[in-house]
Amino acid sequence: MLEITDLTHSYGPPGDRHLAIDRITLTVGEGELVSIVGPSGCGKSTLLRCVAGLLSPAGGRVVLGGVPVDRVPDGLALVFQDYSRSLLPWLSVRDNVALPLRGGQGRKPRSRAGRQQAAIAALATVGLTDTAQKYPWQLSGGMQQRVAIARALACDPVLLLMDEPFGSVDAQTREDLEDLILAVRRERDITILLVTHDIDESVYVGDRVVVLSRGPGQIRADLPVDLPSPRDQITTRELAAFVHLRAEVGRLVRGQQAPGDQVPGDQVPGDQVRPADESRPARAPQA
Amino acid sequence: MTALLRRWTVLLLAAGAWEVWARVQRSTFFPPPSAILARMYRLWFAGPATHLFLTEDAIGNLLPSVGRILAGLAIAAAIGGAVGLAVGRSAAVYGYLDPLLQFARALPAVTLLPVFIAIFRLGTQMEVAFIAFGTIWPIMLNTADGARYLDPVQVETVRAFRLTAWQRLIRLIIPAALPKFFAGLRLSVSLALILMVFAELVGSSNGLGYEMNNAESSFDMTWLWSTLVLVAILGNLLNVLELAAEHRLLAWHRGARQHGN
Repeated sequence: MLEITDLTHSYGPPGDRHLAIDRITLTVGEGELVSIVGPSGCGKSTLLRCVAGLLSPAGGRVVLGGVPVDRVPDGLALVFQDYSRSLLPWLSVRDNVALPLRGGQGRKPRSRAGRQQAAIAALATVGLTDTAQKYPWQLSGGMQQRVAIARALACDPVLLLMDEPFGSVDAQTREDLEDLILAVRRERDITILLVTHDIDESVYVGDRVVVLSRGPGQIRADLPVDLPSPRDQITTRELAAFVHLRAEVGRLVRGQQAPGDQVPGDQVPGDQVRPADESRPARAPQA
Repeated sequence: MTALLRRWTVLLLAAGAWEVWARVQRSTFFPPPSAILARMYRLWFAGPATHLFLTEDAIGNLLPSVGRILAGLAIAAAIGGAVGLAVGRSAAVYGYLDPLLQFARALPAVTLLPVFIAIFRLGTQMEVAFIAFGTIWPIMLNTADGARYLDPVQVETVRAFRLTAWQRLIRLIIPAALPKFFAGLRLSVSLALILMVFAELVGSSNGLGYEMNNAESSFDMTWLWSTLVLVAILGNLLNVLELAAEHRLLAWHRGARQHGN
């Protein structure tokens, strides 16, 4: 479904380039939900922008459904972290959700009425039908992010990219939104790539957790999440498997190796743990 | 009620003081406000109901002035808005036009009146062109400013929707630049009034400036003051109109700002 091969990108002027992501290779299967987690500055957002076709990578390639990505492909939708800025304040909630239906190709309603119907249907998915006439800034942060999710779903995407979608809402809302994504996933045939810095979240929602190293971003580990479905905020989080996996991801994000545990570097071909990481004492946690 | 009182008290007291002073002094240059109001009524608003109570004089002088201001502002808004968007969105257009814009804006518009008279001859066409030219700069420069600094998150969002260039213009760039456009328009409305009176004072066969000329040459100070008060009222009305349009079209802007977004 999605194949990322040797993806490399750097920023800055020639001579003083800063490598953001370094030879990332990743395959995502149809209908999978892959969490990408890593410390800040690991190039998570750069990776997502390259996959979305918003950024031309310096090297490597992204292939979606057999077609190389060189601009924003059809059937792709994005949810940004900064929902309050990504929703247009001059459009009503309904018109915001209907906006992507105007763009691109693919099977989309062509009439105004059809677009509005699709927007209302998408709002119903996230439980916000009665806010259609309001402006986004009249809603709470959690509701605004729901609108952003509805907007992404309105054009019936095959691939949904989410860039720290729940990074700026309170804990309760965050749990609701995580469950919303899981519900959407169960109901639709959709592949999701979710970037987060929250270790718990990456395990809770993911079928797989991909851990990136501190910049330049490289894949440190690619761990399957073997937890029963449907997941539940209370019971899933108290499972021994959840606690264990969370600890493992946490160590990987902090650049440590679990004492006596498997070495993550062995799991992914081409993954290189930099000398700085190896020399770091395993028991001193890195903030 | 208290707010209304506070708003009008000083103005009414000042008018009252003027009234008393003018009656005591029997001043030639400062007729009492009651005389000015009475004259205004007789001059312009004592017409038949079929003409909305406007007199021949009001139809002959007030309406042409209002028409020139509105026509000049409409041209300035259309051209200034369009060019402003282009300047704001295109670095190339900005590079080519910026020196010209800075130069044109620095030149006081009134100094160009002789040029406009030479090109357009005396008459409404000259006055409209003069008002349009003088009021175009605040609109153009403010719109350019608004179009230049778009929110990068909004730009990326709209890019990710694969909207066409035209859709981006209509859905993102114009609404985002609208608050600045109105800021420019507000400046232009008060400029337009100045330019209108000035152009009509110098050479016109009707309009409020023409009427002021007549009043002055016949040494009728009450008439002259009546015209001045009418110009002030007209300026206030234009401001109210502009604010009403802004209020309606930028409701989202006010709301979003109050909500701290």
